[in-house]
Amino acid sequence: MAGMTLIVKTASRLLFPFVLLFGIYIVLHGHITPGGGFPGGVVIVAAIVMLVLGYGADAANAKFSPLQASVSENIGSLVLVATGLLGLFVGLNFMKNVIPLGTTGNLYSSGILIPLNIGVGIKVATGLAVILYAMLTAFEEEKK
Amino acid sequence: MNVDYIVAMLMISFGLYCLLVKRNLIKMVIGLEILTFGIHLFLISMGYREGGVAAIVTGTNPAPVVATMGVDPLPQALVLTSIVIDVCVTAMLLSLAIYAYKHYKTLDTSELRRLKG
Amino acid sequence: MMRRVLAIGLVCAIGALLVFTVSNYLLPFGTFPQRKFENFENQSVAQVYLENAPIAGAGGAGAANVVTSIVWDYRGYDTLGEATILFTAVCGVAMLFRAAKEED
Repeated sequence: MAGMTLIVKTASRLLFPFVLLFGIYIVLHGHITPGGGFPGGVVIVAAIVMLVLGYGADAANAKFSPLQASVSENIGSLVLVATGLLGLFVGLNFMKNVIPLGTTGNLYSSGILIPLNIGVGIKVATGLAVILYAMLTAFEEEKK
Repeated sequence: MNVDYIVAMLMISFGLYCLLVKRNLIKMVIGLEILTFGIHLFLISMGYREGGVAAIVTGTNPAPVVATMGVDPLPQALVLTSIVIDVCVTAMLLSLAIYAYKHYKTLDTSELRRLKG
Repeated sequence: MMRRVLAIGLVCAIGALLVFTVSNYLLPFGTFPQRKFENFENQSVAQVYLENAPIAGAGGAGAANVVTSIVWDYRGYDTLGEATILFTAVCGVAMLFRAAKEED
């Protein structure tokens, strides 16, 4: 898939770090402000979609291939399940809050919510990137 | 005069109209999306209380204010799950539409009825 | 042609029935239940969640955001099932297009 004109390429390259930072902020502050893992992951994948559509799928394959995206999705899923298994190893039930709770309102608050939000944020972002790559490069063989 | 309920019911009927009358596959998917959005809006607006504040403890609303005057947080949590499920269903529907276009070169459902072997 | 008129008539009938069911002061009988605080005095689960979630101790989640603490702490198992649904959808789409690529 070919890229777009020079204006689109420059604008998407300049906007990419700000949108990525905004997405990471929504994921990390999930227990203080509205948001959490799922909307933050969608904002992160919006930044990736901006780059892929501006530069073309062939140029994006060299930087962030579908194989890397698939491995990242599995890593996010494993973080989610491993944080739940922490409670089982201590002796209580699955997904019990075993990390000490801080004061309400700080960034270091409710113990188990931060790793869970990070895991789901990575999983949603890279999962939707896999879907995007599959739909863009599906029927390219017949054009060559 | 509850406006949010009326708007949600109007969105449901518009989505139903798109599903029944249109013949393009992509337009039918858009109609299904509008129908789902109307249902989510109806579910969330059932949890509103008059004069209530948002269910987040901040500097302006400390914990006792939220405990007595907060809106219902349960429908919001359930609709969060439903939105993610809607995204997954739409992804599967659109990939099926791409597959059908590649084989039959058309997206008209009246032409797709004659399936080839 | 006859089918389109029938479809539009059916949608109009269903839409009118839905709008008249939920609107106050349009029907001459009854109203949709009011959403005031005194109607839900001692009979709602939401009250327990709003009181207990911001407490940073036993029985509470210690999070300022009550909706996030419901989604991840009190009902974390349902969110694990939803993450499984997302994983299944990504697997399904990738499998569909891998079959398309090997066909050519």
